[in-house]
Amino acid sequence: MTRLATTFAACAAQNRAALVCFVTGGDPAPAATPAILDALVAAGADVIELGMPFTDPMADGPAIQLANLRALGSGTTTAALFEIVRDFRTRHPDVPLVMMGYANPMVRRGPDWFADRCRDVGVDGVICVDIPPEEDAALGIPLRAAGIDLVRLATPTTDAVRLPQVLANASGFLYYVSVAGITGKQQAASASIDAAVARLKAATDLPVAVGFGVRTPEQAAAIARTADGVVVGSAIVETIAAAYAAGQDPAAAIMAYVGGLSAAVRSARQDAPK
Amino acid sequence: MTIQNSYRAQPSPDGHFGQFGGRYVAETLMPLILDLEREYRAAQADPAFQTELDWLLKHYVGRPSPLYYAERFTEAVRADAPDGMGAKVYLKRDELNHTGAHKINNCIGQILLAKRMGKTRIIAETGAGQHGVATATVAARFGLPCTIYMGARDTVRQQPNVFRMKLLGAEIVPVTAGAQTLKDAMNEALRDWVANVDDTFYIIGTAAGPHPYPELVRDFQSVIGREAREQIMEAEGRLPDLLVAAIGGGSNAIGLFHPFLDDADVKMVGIEAAGHGLDTVEHAASLAGGEPGVLHGNRTYLLQDADGQITEGHSISAGLDYPGIGPEHSWLHETGRVQYESCTDKDALDAFQFLCRTEGIIPALEPAHALSAVVRHARTMPRDQIIIANLCGRGDKDIFTVADALGVKL
Repeated sequence: MTRLATTFAACAAQNRAALVCFVTGGDPAPAATPAILDALVAAGADVIELGMPFTDPMADGPAIQLANLRALGSGTTTAALFEIVRDFRTRHPDVPLVMMGYANPMVRRGPDWFADRCRDVGVDGVICVDIPPEEDAALGIPLRAAGIDLVRLATPTTDAVRLPQVLANASGFLYYVSVAGITGKQQAASASIDAAVARLKAATDLPVAVGFGVRTPEQAAAIARTADGVVVGSAIVETIAAAYAAGQDPAAAIMAYVGGLSAAVRSARQDAPK
Repeated sequence: MTIQNSYRAQPSPDGHFGQFGGRYVAETLMPLILDLEREYRAAQADPAFQTELDWLLKHYVGRPSPLYYAERFTEAVRADAPDGMGAKVYLKRDELNHTGAHKINNCIGQILLAKRMGKTRIIAETGAGQHGVATATVAARFGLPCTIYMGARDTVRQQPNVFRMKLLGAEIVPVTAGAQTLKDAMNEALRDWVANVDDTFYIIGTAAGPHPYPELVRDFQSVIGREAREQIMEAEGRLPDLLVAAIGGGSNAIGLFHPFLDDADVKMVGIEAAGHGLDTVEHAASLAGGEPGVLHGNRTYLLQDADGQITEGHSISAGLDYPGIGPEHSWLHETGRVQYESCTDKDALDAFQFLCRTEGIIPALEPAHALSAVVRHARTMPRDQIIIANLCGRGDKDIFTVADALGVKL
């Protein structure tokens, strides 16, 4: 079993959702990222999403846009990101790590090169915002050949007719983008999330993780009652940025904030109204 | 029966021009662009759509635009050319359109599609402001609210166009992200679109973006080439030897070129902006100085670094200041059907003044790049040969930039 499959299965066995935590790699500088990733794991992150910074993050809201600028401004390269992953894999042999980003940095040196590097350093999966199933050949084929999961996105606009196309060749988990919009902005009504998760779970055996706009432990817990995973991104990126701005240790801020999310996700189904 | 190879049969059904083009968008937008494609196919098959488009192009835009023999321009080139050289230069006068550029041809077509799809809100990006003005114009004409994204730096460089758009009732959103120019405006328009998928139509200004935009923008702009073909047959009884057009994203060029692509004897040259020179980093020549990559929904030549980070273009012309190019041009470049050359800021300024003085026409800085190449080519072509250049915009918007570049204080 892959690390992603093992982790989601272990969470399911504990009757809880997995907590998936996103940070932008190299924000604010590549040297800061290893300690930030360690703090996420220590605070209870089950899966790490490492954002690849890009000059033109057109699906991201202001928080992650700024994180991209900080990362690129401090000289974060693709090579530096892969080194960060290689070292993470040494320290955390069992924690799944997924690279998330935009097509161009992933295909720049050819998709085979990217897929091979992912395999070599211990990346478990890839989420590419702007390669829909229609352009699968641009990246999906070499990733599958290298044994890397291609995590597909489903959205509120993905209707029943289209869903099978999204699920074909999807692996690792299915990422449900709960709002039509950009990252970090608004949160969907929990009733609509529950309905969407039920619809997706009826169509696939993959774990379904829900993200976009998740900010508070209460929101995370509400999603964790039905979904297999809860993804938090912009709020973590903001927490780290605020810690730096205040001259504080980001690891402590992560422990406090992500620790709260983790506790909420772990107890969500115990607290659930019968 | 033999099947004739055609350069006019692109894109493929899935939106590719060879290895270029495609639909590189977030999943949220995929169903929308599939809807748009369905609606465009329905419109193509609907004679009423074409009738309404033709009526508006004639009575609202002012088409057909003249094909004008630039006799004094031609004579001035000949005066400097070797004996017997100096091709006849015709100008396709798309600067005479309503709003002063070719951009409106496409905006009329797209807003008719928006109406067919029942969309109630229009968004667009703009660099120099010409596409923003054309979009605000058609939005006013059809009574739809309109939001225009424009890089904050461009709103300062192009204040007259910002005011024009406001007069037309559009809301202007200055974009402070990134370098605050055209590509950042496009990112922000995409962010708006993904959050307003139900009611909003995105009028993309150039022949780029996810399929079907490059195809439909090309089709709406091809009225330029279709008219030019008829007009040159009427004036000269034969096809031209050379077509020349400036390229930012490339919509005016593809509009002129496309109807002639299968005429093997018609050569074509697209002119990219070389800014301060191709040997510097200050240029916007994606084909000459870029490599294939993925941005804004399509695979095409891009200015980028070794890691695929997009680098900033530079041109004196805000309309050419974009780090990419329409995917069909990338394909025509690789097939060799069209030659792509470049022109520096300085040479464009010279050609700008040359046209002012020889013909009494103030061109936009974008076609001034093409005119510089026209002079270069005309000098080496016999006098009985014919060049058509696309005069795709007028220069009123640029007089402040030109004055500044010439060291004149207004």
